[in-house]
Amino acid sequence: MKGNLINSQLLLPCIKPIPLLFLAVFGLSLLAMPAATWVTISIAGLSMGAMLFVMSSGMTLIFGLMGILNMAHGAFITLGAFIGASVFISLRSVGDGLGELADLALLLPAILVSSLVCALLGYLFERLIIRPVYGDHLKQILVTVGGAIVIEQLIQVFWGPNEIPLPRPEMLRGSFIIADIAIQKYRILAVLIGLAVYWSMLRVINHTRIGLLIRAGVENPEMVEALGYRIGLVFVLVFIAGAALAGVGGVMWGLYDEMITAQLGEQLLVQVIIVIIVGGLGSIQGCMLAALLVGLLSSYMSYLLPALAPFSSIGLMLAVLMWRPQGLIPIMKT
Amino acid sequence: MIKFLKNALHNLLSASYPQSKMLAALLLLVAVALSFAPFLFQGTVAYNTYTKICIFIVLVASYDMLIGYTRIVSFAHTMFYGIGAYAMAITLKQLGPQWSSVMVGLSLGLIVALLAALLIAVFSLRVQAVFFSMVTLAIASAFAILISKLYTITGGEDGMIIRTPQEIGPAFKLVAEKVLGFDVIQFIAAASIDPSNVERHFEAAFFKFYFNGKTVLYYGIFTLSTLLFLLMLRWMNSPFGRVLQAIRENEFRAQALGFSTVYYRTLNVCLSALVAATAGAMTALQLKYVSPDVTLSFTIMVNILLMVVIGGMGTLYGAVLGVSLFVLAETYLQDLMAVVYSKLGEDFVWAGLFNPDRWLLWLGVLFILSVYFIPRGIVGELRYRAEGRRIKAAGLVKDDQL
Repeated sequence: MKGNLINSQLLLPCIKPIPLLFLAVFGLSLLAMPAATWVTISIAGLSMGAMLFVMSSGMTLIFGLMGILNMAHGAFITLGAFIGASVFISLRSVGDGLGELADLALLLPAILVSSLVCALLGYLFERLIIRPVYGDHLKQILVTVGGAIVIEQLIQVFWGPNEIPLPRPEMLRGSFIIADIAIQKYRILAVLIGLAVYWSMLRVINHTRIGLLIRAGVENPEMVEALGYRIGLVFVLVFIAGAALAGVGGVMWGLYDEMITAQLGEQLLVQVIIVIIVGGLGSIQGCMLAALLVGLLSSYMSYLLPALAPFSSIGLMLAVLMWRPQGLIPIMKT
Repeated sequence: MIKFLKNALHNLLSASYPQSKMLAALLLLVAVALSFAPFLFQGTVAYNTYTKICIFIVLVASYDMLIGYTRIVSFAHTMFYGIGAYAMAITLKQLGPQWSSVMVGLSLGLIVALLAALLIAVFSLRVQAVFFSMVTLAIASAFAILISKLYTITGGEDGMIIRTPQEIGPAFKLVAEKVLGFDVIQFIAAASIDPSNVERHFEAAFFKFYFNGKTVLYYGIFTLSTLLFLLMLRWMNSPFGRVLQAIRENEFRAQALGFSTVYYRTLNVCLSALVAATAGAMTALQLKYVSPDVTLSFTIMVNILLMVVIGGMGTLYGAVLGVSLFVLAETYLQDLMAVVYSKLGEDFVWAGLFNPDRWLLWLGVLFILSVYFIPRGIVGELRYRAEGRRIKAAGLVKDDQL
């Protein structure tokens, strides 16, 4: 595979397929709709992509490093949404009448608490459910499917089976209008959060000691262990971080939909899985690119061909699998 | 004569014997109960239960071909099941309830399932096994969306009610007179409560019923299920099945021995999809109703996984025991939880855990525990113990105790 990569770089130095792909997506959709609409829809797509990225990045890291397909990732997303909503709604009732800015500021503790609770649960989940079946792919898939059911059902035990409304803070409602172009405020925030998460993840992975260990662990965990590092500890840390990110993603999605249900994670899991397949298992950059592609495509499609919109991401996945079976930016060894 | 019978059994089971007396007894019990089910159990609930057991044995065994024999984890098995069911339902609706439409519906389902299986295999079997799981999950969910979007043909989320040929409806009587049956459950229940009057209970347990179209349908499903199950036993114990097991144990080595592993895995996925589609067609005929909830939902996929794991992967017999236990427990567990729930009352904080709607919670816990503590499943465990006894009797020490 490495040989191929070098060859293709040598032979075709000027054609970079991935920027070309984005250019094609942006350009073709611009041709098909008015420019103002195009900007609005593009931003909607980017924000969708940002949310998908926050949800998927944890799962792809967990897979890349530990080789675990965590089917319970969707359940963590749901849990994050419910915890965030509970904290936000209860804080809101306490701090009633403090003004719009305070209302917005309450989001911070909501996101923080939800990611902390998810991190704690991720730690327990890794220790109790996944640790006993390390190294056995089949059992990992089975126990994480079981774990996903248990978490989802427990959520229904504690919060009840009905959907819960989660109104956005006043400051995040409505949209800016700049020269006939309507841009929803919340979408901007979603893009900003997504970029912040992306930037800090890259920062940690590329410029810190723990990031170095993570990259080395993806490459060859036995060797890292042989050099005297406790790879098990790195595994736990990555799992915790992944669960926390799922929690943040869940809150973001809940605020976007303004409604949370216990099935939210199960429905999003399919999108998340498509993103990590398209991006290349274990790759952060790939995950970002894929999330943006999936978000943009489904936004454009729901404007241009609404009937086909639910199939846009699966079509993208099949096309990418045909073209690059390892995903856009593969880092897996086989 | 005995030699002939032995040979016949050998051929029927494709030389895959239960290898444990306990297991043989349990299998025989299920086989006898299912063969005479209409004569032994009374009522519509019982009818639906034993028909479901027949169909699910086939469905779960076909999933075992993938997960147990080849370690392919597919989440699209319900899709093939749904393809079979919807093909049958749509054909019966469009062409009218004749036997010719049943045949057309079945063939249509088989063809579409085969094409879908080939498509999935081509896209994802080339790469890692884990990839296959993810791709199948995505494709299965897309298929479920497709079915609910095409509501003009499929009835969308509400599903569709269909009419089946009248020979398998309740109005058709194969025998004009009522026939005699013996209600085992009633007899056992009554006799265990009041053991002094066994003879009277014995007489009271006899009941009469019409051998009508529903019974005919049951026997049709039973025969087809048995044939399919024996066929799968044959496949998995043929050289083809041995290659699959070799791939499961060590794919690289199987490749080095000259087997094209992609070809074998693709063939296995296709065969399993065909069997699942047949199971789906039988479901459509029995329920006279199809909807995403009863054929395509992720819950059914999880149930199939659970049945395979509890029964024992890579044995096929595991499907028989797993399905029988699960389908019985499904109704039983909910009843039990309802009792506990009503005892605890609404005020108790943890009562929500026992709400009958939360029965999946306990199945999830059971699922995780069975993966940890009986990874071989019931069948594997019984065989392992029987083998241990045999080795002990021969005065040897078991491999893993050395």
